[in-house]
Amino acid sequence: MIALWASVSDARMFPTDVHQRSTTTTGRITPSQTHDHSTMTGLTLSDKVTLGAALLGGAAGVVGSFAVLRRRSLMGDMLAHASLPGVCLAFAITESRNLVGLSIGALVSGLAAITLVTLVTRLTRTKEDAAIGIALSAFFGLGIVLLSAVTRSRAGGNSAGLNSYLLGEPGNMVDSDLWLLSAVGATVLGVVLLLYKEFKLVAFDPQFARSQGWPTLAIDLGMMAAVAVVTIIGLPIVGVILMAAMIILPAATARLWTNRLNVLLAAAGAIGAGSAALGVRLSRGLPTGPTIVLTGTALFLLSLLLAPGRGVLARIVAETQLRLRIGRENLLRSFYELNEPALPGTRLIAYDELRADRHWQPWLLRWLLEQSIRRGLIERRRDSYQLSPLGTRRAAEAAKTHRMWEIYMMEFAGSAADHVDRSADTVEHLLPEGVVAALEQRLAAEGRLPAIAADVPASPHAM
Amino acid sequence: MLPALEIHDMTVAYHRRPVLWDIDLAVPEGKLVGVIGPNGAGKTTLIKAVLGLTPLASGKVEIYGRPYRQQRRLVGYVPQRESVDWDFPVTVRDVVLMGCYGRLGWFRRPGRAERQIADRCLEQVGMTSFARRQISQLSGGQQQRVFLARALAEEAKIYFLDEPFAGVDAATESAIVNLLQSMRHSGKTVFVVHHDLQTVREYFDYVILLNLRLVACGPVAETFTPDNLHKTYGGRLTLLDEVAEAMRQRERAR
Repeated sequence: MIALWASVSDARMFPTDVHQRSTTTTGRITPSQTHDHSTMTGLTLSDKVTLGAALLGGAAGVVGSFAVLRRRSLMGDMLAHASLPGVCLAFAITESRNLVGLSIGALVSGLAAITLVTLVTRLTRTKEDAAIGIALSAFFGLGIVLLSAVTRSRAGGNSAGLNSYLLGEPGNMVDSDLWLLSAVGATVLGVVLLLYKEFKLVAFDPQFARSQGWPTLAIDLGMMAAVAVVTIIGLPIVGVILMAAMIILPAATARLWTNRLNVLLAAAGAIGAGSAALGVRLSRGLPTGPTIVLTGTALFLLSLLLAPGRGVLARIVAETQLRLRIGRENLLRSFYELNEPALPGTRLIAYDELRADRHWQPWLLRWLLEQSIRRGLIERRRDSYQLSPLGTRRAAEAAKTHRMWEIYMMEFAGSAADHVDRSADTVEHLLPEGVVAALEQRLAAEGRLPAIAADVPASPHAM
Repeated sequence: MLPALEIHDMTVAYHRRPVLWDIDLAVPEGKLVGVIGPNGAGKTTLIKAVLGLTPLASGKVEIYGRPYRQQRRLVGYVPQRESVDWDFPVTVRDVVLMGCYGRLGWFRRPGRAERQIADRCLEQVGMTSFARRQISQLSGGQQQRVFLARALAEEAKIYFLDEPFAGVDAATESAIVNLLQSMRHSGKTVFVVHHDLQTVREYFDYVILLNLRLVACGPVAETFTPDNLHKTYGGRLTLLDEVAEAMRQRERAR
């Protein structure tokens, strides 16, 4: 990635003011750059950028998963921001844009920030989130000041490229960058495969891990180090400000789709690589780093909406289904209870009587009645309704289940009596048979056991 | 015979403030031990200090006559249920398998043998049918059973349970008590941080009464006395009521 700095033409401006810079040129793949380099890989620049961004995105997605699960998302953000003063100092000391030097500088100041946060939270009453926020902005502020000082003192020329650390310059990708990214990606994958069990244990339950003798601090540091390495490699590509999104977004997106850790890691890697590649392709004429982040965000929002189980739509559907089921059960119970004095005969029940029995919303009651008619449970005579023989059986079942739950919750489970009415489900499937039998006896003794439910049609073989 | 757990002159401090003073006790093997005391008495700290999770300011802890560090394989641990994120993307069986990690050591993955152990432990706590569930779908009692199964998978001789009855249903509580008693019958020593004074006599045969310092440690019949309870709970009125209730229960049991 050494060529990354050298390749930046002097014609590009290095203003001392960040805002001015961000309005001029920020990480675009400009046409002039596409012919800049002779290549070993024979890829066009745009392919190289796509490939490099994908490698970075994949690696960031995998290591980011552990950071997110360990609730350390903000640590990655702080690490990225806090690396800026290190980059500037390393440049000032070495007076070169050598990537190794700059990366070491980034790592050192990132680690300094982490140490500072750890010390402040341990030794004072400052909470971790506040400490992270303070360290992030302080280091970033220092970084901007140093950046402006360095660029001014060198009068532009030699400090070229330092500014790309802010928002990234993926357009400067060369072959050696690709090799570096591939090496880092492979290393990260290897470490995660090798230490999968240990990472999983420490991420889920560090105290239990320590009771088994695992060096949780070292394992935790290993996880954070993986995040740190990927972050710092990614800085020249997406920049200090947006790198955290590469770490957090893929894992947060993948978590919506799966409940398995191994699937989550694979999915986060794929999502990270995919959104980075797609972001590069969509970025024609736009700043690349931000486009990648926006693509990732779009994918996240889409998942938030559509993911099965955890998605918003899935939850709305599940909730609606539950409401309708409760509504159907309540309607049948209303019919049963209104008919109860006259059973086994059934009578016509007026719509208004039904409505008064429960606090129905008119549209819901109408809709449920229509459904029940279609299912052959009730029949309509003008504005009154009567249970069919099938409906009578179903209504008795619903009433029986509900009453058994009520007794169970009041007598056996000791729950508050006013909460009983809420959850009615098939009591037979959830409770042990002995309890069900006892409940039936209780209902029968009180004369409240819906009798019709017990009527089983005679076996056809007996006829 | 060596005591299962021996603590000498142990003092533990949090933020330079001592939370346990000069603890000195020894518990023989094969006991079901209740660790009893008011909130903030240092019950959890005692367990964490024994397990090396909290540094000792002074003193030493021995498991079967040797430091904990050398005897880790003999110890199983059930942390408080709230100490982990129950939305973590793992299945019930994954969690139980973690009990085998200590034996497996670095890099080795759990194999068929470990899966069989995990399944057996799940059966012992009555959670076999939940093996493939994601852990966020469990109730509080089920979570506690899973944690217990994970500790069983450690195949230890001494177990430390931190408030296993907090927020669990009555069925789970009695299932856990039955399991603990059968563990004791097979020669294990089990320490349980416990809150409910009324059930102490029923559940345990040994108690450690704790309130920043050790009040008493010994068999329930001799140690769980009104005098010792008064020393443990001091003048806290509501707690004194509980003690009175516990005493009534004791009279009835006689």
